[in-house]
Amino acid sequence: MPTVDLSVSPLRELNQALHGQKAGTNDTLWEIVNPRGSHAVAVGVAAPISIEIRGSVGYYCAGMNREASITVHGSAGPGVAENMMSGQVVVKGDASQYAGATGKGGLLVIEGNASSRCGISMKGIDIVVRGSIGHMSAFMGQAGNLIVCGDAGDALGDSIYEARLFVRGTVKSLGADCIEKDMRPEHLDIVQALLDRAGIADVTAAEFKRYGSARKLYNFNIDHADAYG
Amino acid sequence: MCGIVGLFIKDKGLEPQLGHLLSGMLTTMCDRGPDSAGFAVYGQPKDGVAKITLQAETPEVAFAGLAAAIETLVGAPVGFSVKTSHAVLSVPSDKADAVRTALRRDHPEIRIMGAGDSIEIYKEIGYPTEVARRFDLDHMVGTHGIGHTRMATESAVTTLGAHPFSTGSDQCLVHNGSLSNHNNLRRNLKHDGMTFETENDSEVAAAYLTWRMDQGLSLGQALEKSLDDLDGFYTFVVGTKNGFGVLRDPVACKPAVLAETDQYVAFGSEYRALVGLPGIENARVWEPEPATVYFWER
Repeated sequence: MPTVDLSVSPLRELNQALHGQKAGTNDTLWEIVNPRGSHAVAVGVAAPISIEIRGSVGYYCAGMNREASITVHGSAGPGVAENMMSGQVVVKGDASQYAGATGKGGLLVIEGNASSRCGISMKGIDIVVRGSIGHMSAFMGQAGNLIVCGDAGDALGDSIYEARLFVRGTVKSLGADCIEKDMRPEHLDIVQALLDRAGIADVTAAEFKRYGSARKLYNFNIDHADAYG
Repeated sequence: MCGIVGLFIKDKGLEPQLGHLLSGMLTTMCDRGPDSAGFAVYGQPKDGVAKITLQAETPEVAFAGLAAAIETLVGAPVGFSVKTSHAVLSVPSDKADAVRTALRRDHPEIRIMGAGDSIEIYKEIGYPTEVARRFDLDHMVGTHGIGHTRMATESAVTTLGAHPFSTGSDQCLVHNGSLSNHNNLRRNLKHDGMTFETENDSEVAAAYLTWRMDQGLSLGQALEKSLDDLDGFYTFVVGTKNGFGVLRDPVACKPAVLAETDQYVAFGSEYRALVGLPGIENARVWEPEPATVYFWER
């Protein structure tokens, strides 16, 4: 198992080594120690490998991830798993702003809380947050599922397209064109499957409410001008 | 972009290390703001003594004979310690106003960076590591301190445009962001008698808080009011003689991380700035909420 100590190895070398991994590599488990809040740790990995990061990271950790399974044993700065395509990213601590932004696929699990703009412009990624999320989360969300076991801040789902939002706790306020919707059986299935994948066993799908688009902002209509806020 | 750091010590045993710890935090933030840097350090106040931090473009000329002239003015010995372009003048508290008036009248080439019982302020253009080294931040002792690395956006790269801004006794403010209504606010504050040294938006924020505190508000209350009156993006870290405050605007897009242990409260624009602090592994680390005032006082 390769172990990379970021207190002695340059970040660029680490990311180059990770980019060099292809499907079928023998090095399927990597350990990164002493990240000390470094930016862009394990960005752009495109191989089915596991990466364990021991400590807190800075901006853009695990961005553009494809196929890799990356775990941060600490907290993550802004933009964790931004634009993820597939694979899995787990943050054991808290995540800062715009976690999982623009993600097209894969699963992001945040075991602590996430800050503002979690899942902004999400395009197919699934995000499960064990704690709470901040304001303007899922702003312009287009596809995918955002599951929040705690509370959501102001303007949840502002200008949302087709992403599905599930919140177990309170929602401080809904953004423009975001409304509460019925939880149908297929939604219970989606939530339960994602909770299972995230390893959350003490919460059930029935405890969540669903939020999504009222679809009034898809095309400009002068009667809805007030809703543009 | 700009980088901000702040350290408020709770455990007296850590006070001798304030400068060393703050210096480590500041130099980590170089790449958030490489054009200038500055810091304010609050040392132990001495009874009856006021400190005035001065700055001059040509210190060898401007500071020559200054101490003797001030001694004549106040009729007592004064303290005068020079650090490159800056100097700290220690005068009897009851003479501080007279000294400031005399400095403004007789020495227009000297700028007053800040004044109070315990604050010292140093700021210059240049790479932050170099600025910290020039003023020997590493060896400064104190109870709390605030630092800033600047990437200029709203106004010129000059010594006066560097942070912190100090507009009241023992007060200072550092800012990451940009204010959109600073011109209007400056006009209103001038009308109420506040004076300004620069066109910098952050100086308006500092002056606004001073103006509010002059009305009798606590720093915490003044920060609450600024949520109504300041428009734009901001993360502020402010210091007073005994206090340390943090405020982010309601959108909160400028980054901020707080950490607290039994020994200290620390602020950084990024977690990276905090990793050298003792016991950070077990500290409570969190991101301050938008539009929420955080304030500690000893």
